[in-house]
Amino acid sequence: MAMLPTPLTSHVSYDQVYEPAEDSYLLLDTLSSGTETAFLRAHFSGHPSVPLVLEVGTGSGVVLAFITAHAEHVLGRSDVVTLGTDLNIFACGAASVTVVDAVEATQSMPSSEAREDTIPKPGSGVFLDTLKMDLASSCRPNIVDILIFNPPYVPTEHLPTAHTEESSTQTTFDRDSHLLSFSYAGGTDGMEVTNRLLSQLPSILSPDRGVAYVLLCAQNRPEEVKSRIREWEGGWCAETVGGSGKKAGWEKLSIIRIWKGV
Amino acid sequence: MKLLTLNFLTCARKACKTSAASFPLHPREAELEQVELDMNPQFIRNVLPRVEWEAMRSISQELGLPSLPDTAPGPEELADAEGGPTQILKDLHTLLMETTIASGKLLCANCGHEYAIKEGIANFLLPSHLV
Ligand SMILES: C[S@@+](CC[C@H](N)C(=O)[O-])C[C@H]1O[C@@H](n2cnc3c(N)ncnc32)[C@H](O)[C@@H]1O
Ligand SMILES: [Zn+2]
Repeated sequence: MAMLPTPLTSHVSYDQVYEPAEDSYLLLDTLSSGTETAFLRAHFSGHPSVPLVLEVGTGSGVVLAFITAHAEHVLGRSDVVTLGTDLNIFACGAASVTVVDAVEATQSMPSSEAREDTIPKPGSGVFLDTLKMDLASSCRPNIVDILIFNPPYVPTEHLPTAHTEESSTQTTFDRDSHLLSFSYAGGTDGMEVTNRLLSQLPSILSPDRGVAYVLLCAQNRPEEVKSRIREWEGGWCAETVGGSGKKAGWEKLSIIRIWKGV
Repeated sequence: MKLLTLNFLTCARKACKTSAASFPLHPREAELEQVELDMNPQFIRNVLPRVEWEAMRSISQELGLPSLPDTAPGPEELADAEGGPTQILKDLHTLLMETTIASGKLLCANCGHEYAIKEGIANFLLPSHLV
């Protein structure tokens, strides 16, 4: 398997923005695995319409940068548009830099496949913007072809509330820890934010070819999550397509792919 | 924020989703910034079928930008005899990809809510009483 370079995030301030960790890297490995690239290429090639990729909760932008920069490898085409959302305004700013840098690095990479007659060199998709948004709430209905979400999945007693504006009366430390709590605090079973996204998926994803990748941890009870999805109206599929940290036969982290069967 | 991004966005309020008036969002007091980007002719050609032409036409008109033709150009208008990019394609690249809103507001014509854009990033979080 080709090793694709991991986007650089050294410019990101990890006091305010989630630092790429095992979960982030599991997403990169899964999206570039032989089985997923084969699935995605079959799913998205030969279709005239440009696919729209949305990452919800970009954090540093490492995942969005990876799929944008390596669109050709992962999706089999480079005429792909990508967008990101996050509740954390600092994540929005940081992610945008990460994506632009990664695309630039890929485009300047000497490549045997690079042909002079195509501008820019094949490989990268087209990044549009990062937006401060709750989940995908301002996206037009049923337009997202590939949705990626590494959610706040840690079980916690409370969920932090998002503010329209950062408060100016808080200390920087309080503000930053509040912003960072969005990256892990998942409420009951660590599933409150994920469940909200899952319930919206049928109205977010494009009806004919929408696919979602959602990361879960063992406490989220992935098997139950998948069974629930399979009961949705309209014939939905859910499969585990990546995992890491096996403990007594249980994956600590797993990634499920959700899509509509034919 | 790039103008093409507006093609994919609507009001965050649930009640607005079903109303045609919530798309497109209307830029107000927009400060525009041109950002140079490599042109990808194949991308522009392939993305056009996904572009809501009427909506982009009204946005560019509201921003006081050169007016777009009544209907979306077909593939034959985007490549010249040698297959190179035509002026129409270059103009579309400039409009959709290089024209960005650095600051301003986006207005939902259905509910009247305005979303702020600051330092190029649009904020779609609703105040709690509107969620
Ligand atoms: C576990 S971090 C993942 C960050 C990054 N995608 C990665 O893999 O490294 C979760 C991210 O989701 C964001 N987030 C949490 N709830 C959100 C919501 N309701 N809408 C948008 N983003 C959210 C957090 O601010 C945080 O950046
Ligand atoms: Zn509205």
